[in-house]
Order: sequence, then C-alpha cells, then structure tokens
Amino acid sequence: MPDALTDERSGVTSAEERISLASNWKLVWWRFRKHRLAMASALALLGFYAIVLCPDFFSTQDPEATDARLAFIPVQRVRLFDGWTPRPWVPGIVGKRNPTTLRMEWRLDESRRVPVRLFVTGYSYRVLGVIPTRLHLMGAAPGAGGSLHLLGTDRLGRDQWSRLAHATQTSMTIGLTAVTLSVVLGVILGGISGYAGGLADTIIQRVIDLLQSLPTIPIWLALTAALPRDWSPLRVFFAITVILSLVEWTRLGREVRGRFLALREEDYVLAAELAGASRARIIVRHMVPNFLSHIIATSTLAIPVLIINETALSFLGLGIRPPAISWGVLLQEAQNIQTLALAPWLLVPGLVVILAVLAFNLVGDGLRDAADPYGS
Amino acid sequence: MTRFILKRLLLLPLLLIVFSVTVFAIIQAPPGDFLTTYVATLASSGSSITAEQVAALRTEYGLDQPIWVQYLKWMQNLSRGHLGLSLEYQRPNAELIGERLALTVALALFAFVFTWAVALPAGIYSATHPRSALDYVLTVLNYVGVATPNFMLALVLMWGAFAYFGVSVTGLFSPEFVEAPWSGRRVLDLLAHMWLPAVVLGVAGTARLTRVMRANLLDELHKPYVTTARAKGLSEWRLVWRYPVRLALNPLVSTIGWYLPMLFAGSLIVATVMNLPNIGPLLLRALINQDMYLAGAILLIYCVLTVVGTLISDVLLAWLDPRIRVEDA
Amino acid sequence: MEPVLAVRDLRVHFVLDEGLVRAVDGVSFDVAPGEVVGIVGESGCGKSVTMRAVLQIVEPPGRIVGGAMLFNGEAGRVVDLARLDPRGATMRAIRGAEIALIPQEPMAAFSPVHTVGDQVIEALRLHRRKWRPDGSTLTKADARQMTVELFHDVGISMPAERVDAYAWQLSGGLRQRAMIAMALSCRPRLLIADEPTTALDVTTQAQILNLLRDVQRRRGTAIVFITHDLGVIAQIAHHVVVMYLGRVMERGPVDEIFHAPKHPYTRALLSSIPSLLATPQSALPTIAGSIPHPLGRPPGCAFHPRCPDKMTGLCDSAAPALRPIAGAGEAACFLYHRDEEAS
Repeated sequence: MPDALTDERSGVTSAEERISLASNWKLVWWRFRKHRLAMASALALLGFYAIVLCPDFFSTQDPEATDARLAFIPVQRVRLFDGWTPRPWVPGIVGKRNPTTLRMEWRLDESRRVPVRLFVTGYSYRVLGVIPTRLHLMGAAPGAGGSLHLLGTDRLGRDQWSRLAHATQTSMTIGLTAVTLSVVLGVILGGISGYAGGLADTIIQRVIDLLQSLPTIPIWLALTAALPRDWSPLRVFFAITVILSLVEWTRLGREVRGRFLALREEDYVLAAELAGASRARIIVRHMVPNFLSHIIATSTLAIPVLIINETALSFLGLGIRPPAISWGVLLQEAQNIQTLALAPWLLVPGLVVILAVLAFNLVGDGLRDAADPYGS
Repeated sequence: MTRFILKRLLLLPLLLIVFSVTVFAIIQAPPGDFLTTYVATLASSGSSITAEQVAALRTEYGLDQPIWVQYLKWMQNLSRGHLGLSLEYQRPNAELIGERLALTVALALFAFVFTWAVALPAGIYSATHPRSALDYVLTVLNYVGVATPNFMLALVLMWGAFAYFGVSVTGLFSPEFVEAPWSGRRVLDLLAHMWLPAVVLGVAGTARLTRVMRANLLDELHKPYVTTARAKGLSEWRLVWRYPVRLALNPLVSTIGWYLPMLFAGSLIVATVMNLPNIGPLLLRALINQDMYLAGAILLIYCVLTVVGTLISDVLLAWLDPRIRVEDA
Repeated sequence: MEPVLAVRDLRVHFVLDEGLVRAVDGVSFDVAPGEVVGIVGESGCGKSVTMRAVLQIVEPPGRIVGGAMLFNGEAGRVVDLARLDPRGATMRAIRGAEIALIPQEPMAAFSPVHTVGDQVIEALRLHRRKWRPDGSTLTKADARQMTVELFHDVGISMPAERVDAYAWQLSGGLRQRAMIAMALSCRPRLLIADEPTTALDVTTQAQILNLLRDVQRRRGTAIVFITHDLGVIAQIAHHVVVMYLGRVMERGPVDEIFHAPKHPYTRALLSSIPSLLATPQSALPTIAGSIPHPLGRPPGCAFHPRCPDKMTGLCDSAAPALRPIAGAGEAACFLYHRDEEAS
C-alpha cells in the first residue's frame, strides 16, 4: 500500500488551471463570448454608439434643412454594381407637378444613375461641438447633378436618413443617462437601506413602495405635460431623463437592498469579519463584486424599457420637442394613415427602435447568464 | 389569510390620501391653469375674451383660491363621491369617465384573456420541447414582440390594412352601428373591431409572459418532485400540468397585480393611435389642457386600480401557494 | 427461483457537447425475490443512473443504448424493460405499481404545494386496477382511508392529521416515512431506494433502516438499496454490487464482500473506513488519486491508475470481465483470472 499522504497531482488539465486562476471579470467575458447572438448584438450596439458620437458624419444632408418642394421623395436604394463594375449608385429622382393638388410628386428614375462616393464634402458641422469640418461618410458624387436620400424625405422635405442619425443620438443618450441616474440612485439608496437597516431602511422602503404603487405611464404623462412649453430642448432633455429615472430607480434599489440583506448573512462575510476585516473592506472587496455584474446586467435590460417609454412619450407629443429630434418625434410624422400610405418609409424609425431594443435585450440576457457564478 | 387582506385594506385610505396629494401636486405643477390655456386657444383661433370675463371665470371655477384650499375642496367633493366638473367639456366628470370606462375595461379584459390564453400554452410547449423548431420560432417572436412598442405595431397594422386592403381599422364600430342601440349584431360588430386593438395591446405582454413561463418551467422541470411523479407512473402530460406548471405559475400570478394597471395605462397610447373612445385619450387631453378635475379624477382611478391590482395578485398568490398562506396564519 | 430483476449488460450513454459519457458501461446483476441488493460506490459511479434506467426515467441527453433488464412482474410474465417505450402505457403501469422509487431527498421530492396525503392518494387512484380489477374507480374517500392505514403501517404518528400536512411541515424522519409509504402504496414487487438515509441524521437513519427491513420481511418486497455508505450496506443488504465508473467491480453475498473482499477497489473502500481499533495517531488510509473525469476514461481496467496491485502491460490495455471466483461472488480483476471483457 503506497503512502497515502503522497500528494499525487490528480491530472488537472492546463485548461482547468487557467479557469481556476482567472479573475471574475475574465470568466464573465469568456462566458459572454460564447453567446454568439449576444456578441453580434453587442457589435450592433457599438455601431449605434458610433453614430451617437458623431451623427453629422453619417448624415448626408442637414437634418434641419426644410424645402417644401422636396417633400416625400421616395427611398433611393443603393445598388453596388453598375453593370459589372463595382461602382455604387442610386437611381435619380424625377419630379412632376400633380395638376389637381399642385404638389410636386417625386419618383425614381432608373435610367439616371447618380454615383455614390465615400468620404465626400458636405454641409459643415463640428465634431463633438468643437472641431469644424465638412467631411461626411457618403454622399452623391459632386457635380453629378443628384442628391442622396437613403431614406427619402418627409412632408417638409427633410432628409430622413440624416434625421434618423440625429434621432439615434438623442434616444440612445437618454436611455443611457436615465439608466445611469437610476443606477446611482438605486445603488446608493438601496445600499444604505440594506446595509444600515433601521429607520433609514424603513423610510426608504416606504418611499419605494409609494413610488412603485403609482401608475407609471399616467404619471409620466402628467409630469411631462407639466414641463413648461418655453423650455429649451436641452432642459427638456434633462427633465425627461430625470422623470424617467424617478420610478426606474426603485426597481434597482429594491434589488440592491435585497442583495445586501442576503449577503450580510452569507458565511464568507462572517468569515471575513472573524478574520478581522474592516467594514469598508468587507463591503468593497467581498459584497460589491458579488452583485456588481448582476447590477450591470439588470441595468442593460432596463435601458430598452426607458427607450421605449421615451419614444412613446415623444410620439404623443409630450417628450422631446421639436426642433430636437428623437425616434418618437420622427414617428409623429407617421401618425396619419393617409400620409403613411404615400410615404411608408416614415415608419423606418420604428424599425430602428425595435432593432436597438432587441440588441439591448440580447446583450442584457447574455450578460445576465454570463454573470451568474452558478451558471454552467 | 383574512388578517392579511384586512391589513392591506386598512392601508388603502392612507394610500389614497398620499396619492391624492401627489396627484394634485403634479396636476398643479404646470405654470398657469386651465384658463391660461383656454385664453391661448381662443387667441389662436381668432376670438378674444376680456380680462374681466377671465377674472369672473376664475372666481367661478375657484381657480383664484390658494392651492391648499383648492385641494381641500377637491377632497371634500371626492369624499362625497362628486368627481367634479370638466372645465373643458362643461360636463360632469363622472359622466365623461363612465361613458368610456366600460369600453376601457372590456378592451383590457380582452387583451388579458388573449395574453394568458396564448402565452401559457406557448411557454409550456417551449419548455417541454426545448430546442425544437417551434421553440426557436416562438423565441424569435418573443424577442421581437417584447422589443416592439405597441403603438408601433398599431401603426404598422393600420397602415397595412389601409395600404393593401383599403380598410380603415380605426374606431370601435362600423359607421352604421355607431349610434345604434345595443343589439346582438352591434355586439358582434364591436367584437370584430375590438380584436385588433386587443391583440396589439396584448402582444408585448404575451411575449414577456411566454418567456417568463418558459424560464420558470424549465427551472422546475428538472426538480426531484417531477422525477418522483414520473416514477409513480403518471403520464407525461398529466404530470407536467399538475406539478411543475402549477409551481411555475406562482411567480406569474404575482405579476397580475402589475399587469392590470399596466393594461389600462398601455391602452392609453394604443387608443390614441387607433382613435378609440377610451379613458386614455381623455386623460391626455385633460393633461394638455390642464382640465385639472378631470385629470385628477382619472389619475386617482388609476392609482386605485394599481393598489387593488396588487392586492388581488397578493391574495391570488397566497391562495395558490400554501407555503405563504400557512405561514401567515 | 426466477429473479425479480435481471439486469444484463446494461449500457447508458450521455451525449454531451463535450463528448460521450458512458455513465453505465455493461452492468449486470440479479435481484432475487424478497432480497435486498446493495449497490455501493463513490459519487458518479453510475449507480443512480442504473436504477433510473430500470424505471426508464433517464433524462435526456442520457439514453439506454444496450443491454436488457428482465423484470419478472405480476402474473409471472417476464418483460424486458429496455425494450419498452418510456412514455408508453405498459411502462407506466409498471412504474409505481410494480417497481417503486424512494428518491434521495424527500423534501425536494414531494411537491411543496400539494399535501403528502394527496400525493399518495394520486398514486393509489392511478393504479386502481390493483384494488378494483373490474376497472371501477377508487373513490377519494376510500383512497384516503387506505392512505391513513399506510401511514400507520410505516410508523407515522397521528396518521389521520398527517395526511393533510405538507411535506415542509414534517420533520426529516416523518417525511422519509411518508415517502416510503407512497412508494409502498401500490404494493410493488421491487423497491428502489436511492440513498434514502443520506440526508438523515444517524438516529433517524437507524429507524428508517429498521422500517425498511421490517417492510421487506412482512411484504416480501425486493429492495435495491443504493448508497455510498458501507456501514448501511452491512446492516441491510443480502447481496452487494460494487460499482466504479459505470462498471461492476465485484459482486457477492454481503458476508463475502465484507470479510473476504476480492477486488482491490473493494479492499481499498473497506480499509478506508475509520476504525476505533486502529492504532492511534496513524494516518487515515485513503485511495490514492481521485476519480477520473467522465470524459477521461482510463484505457483497460477503469481502476488501474489508482490500483495498488496493478500489473502494467495488462491492466492498462484490456478490461477484465466479471467472473466467478472460488468461494462465492464474482470480481472483475486480472488477479483472479485472465478473461477479458468482450469489447
């Protein structure tokens, strides 16, 4: 019988060793990587945020430029090949005045080919509000006598593609800022409630109960209707953000509180206390890492809710107000069925909402699964 | 359990007071009042009104009193059951609301039934046949359903009906039935028009519910009590319904409380888009025009609905789950 | 006499993303009527999977891929359980009525939202043909009365009140008795007890073992007792099957196994039991190494990497077959014979 105390290595593979030595964040990242849908959605979101950073670069026309004569130009679909040569082009537009309504009606003319170029000079703007430039990602080749309206125009002749890019900036930013506000409020108040307990806990709990008992949509309507009509779009923007997060933080706050309460009872916290760790150290090094990934996953899932709500509010005319643009504001143009029948491309912002929300949901789900330390 | 319900019911008046204060504060928050909007509307339409007339109206409506007086008067009226007068429509609020309440409730109920009738079987099928073709299709539909704002769906459907079929799906009745007295055919006509808004209203909820049901059931299906039931010789489908579904339903039932008020509120947007005579559009107009008694009354109703909804789902949950019921006794 | 259950070369495979796991890899044993067979082995050796296969409740991605399980049921007919459709009526009629399961954790194995009485009544009414051969229904009242008697039989105090209790309201011992009552309710010929005493403290353990022994004697039920606790096996089993990594290492009467173990694995298991009589301050004997990963099966004899008596060149290239050894019992070890397993 061999000496039973021989410390024989029991065949731990090198892969297993890497896993046991990796930090928690690395583990989360590896698990997230395996979700292909979540990764694809994350890439899509990165694309969205690229547009958020500099919408003017992606725009083809000035989103504010109105020209009633250019109303309802249909979508010019990009073709990649001109015959057999790879040279992107769009069909030209030809207009005809309707004898009864006396309005210009536009349609596509396939015989006229307007070439599309990358990195053209267009209207001037400032990158991040600072650097002036006139460079745009794409546009009609100069001197070709045509213009590029990738998503057509609306009843005031405004290019929808450019407006969509700017609307994306507004809507996505609201989502992000509202969630950040909710998270800050939720973590701080929920944390105090959970860790300190006592009177603070009771008060905060009652407040959360009250806020959660209020019917959200009507209250939002009432609050946004209360915003004075003469406020600048920027002030309205911030006000909307605050209003949206006023109820959302309660959900997060309750979860954070629940987590703190549960974690306080965990054996490893007790072990840390017995080992002599200070309170701050216990909170920062032992408790917070435990629910941080969960909080991130929950917040990512909260963003699409906020985006949909902002879109709905703006659609009703109570959220973001013109001349500021958001997805909801763009969809206001689509309220009239007769208009829609003429120009169905006005519905595209709705599609973009769906895609953005889908992407956030998929990424959030992926994060939630990856962050669960007890998952497979 | 009776103690449980009693405790909650006793809290109701306190909550209502807090709600009424909150609601009143929100209604009063916009600068100016109903008359300022009224004057502005008159001015934009060309007619005018003298300052004395405005002052007289102000006194008549009690708008010149300090806020807390207005609040107390309002509470006094409410406690007597008077919902007040709509400043805009010049009709009793109770009448205005009452006209639309039945339809609002009917629409919400329809959507509710639709949601649960579709989501439960879909969720159960998905969980018991994971990774099957139908499961994938349902999952995709669920994700898209949750991502689609319901007014967007309404717009697309309305546009589709109009553009491709020349049919206008707004309103709740065909033209010939709008003013007609109630009859069997009128009810059928109503149903024929109601299913579309009910579906639109219910889609997001259905998608969410299916996903939750699927997730819950998947969790329960691997638990030991399912194996025991199988080992007793129960048929697969009977044991799935009797045991894991029953347990997976518990957390779902607790969401009914949120769901009912959400339905009423969600129908707001859909009703505006589809031009339905609902409480929602009424509230919208009241808020924009600062028709404060009407808006306040409707908001309070929503609050009450929310609290009642939560109470219902708590009671249902306690009834379904003996672990909660017995511990409370 | 015909065995109640004859398992022949049973194979159960699990098809995972990472590879194929041979959870049960050619297991054979017999259970004689009225006898207790103990299946013992470390966690993950496939003992639970074997008995789940007998009941055809192996969960996907597991599948029975070979072998036969001959069950001698009522009316003296022998049926091969491996050939039956798991969801079919024949298998379902056998489950609960002829072969019953006592699962591992009674708390989790009872539904938390139904009373224990309800769950027993359900079993009784499901297999009502046993009491109503003419096919008429067994009323709830009758079933309830039967349940109360059953509870009394297994030693549950105040049986009439306990019938309306929920599993989480009962103590560990009462719960397990209720579980046993449910398993016995339809008078099965064979009882499968999957680690029924693992979740209990030692005193309750002794009571439950007494109960099982008593039941077995009175009703003549055969029991297959799955456990990793050799002490329990010694108290209750007549025959013992020692499993390792999905294969049977040794089989035999309980006395042989405990007093004259043949297979090196059995010997190592027995010697690792701490003993009051051992020299003080000596190291606790353990089995060297640890159980290989299910996907990393050693070639040849499954136990050879940890075996103190391994013969290089032989044990790592071929797997020994299970063969009878002089005395009683059988072992799968090249120390006793050179027969190889048919691959």
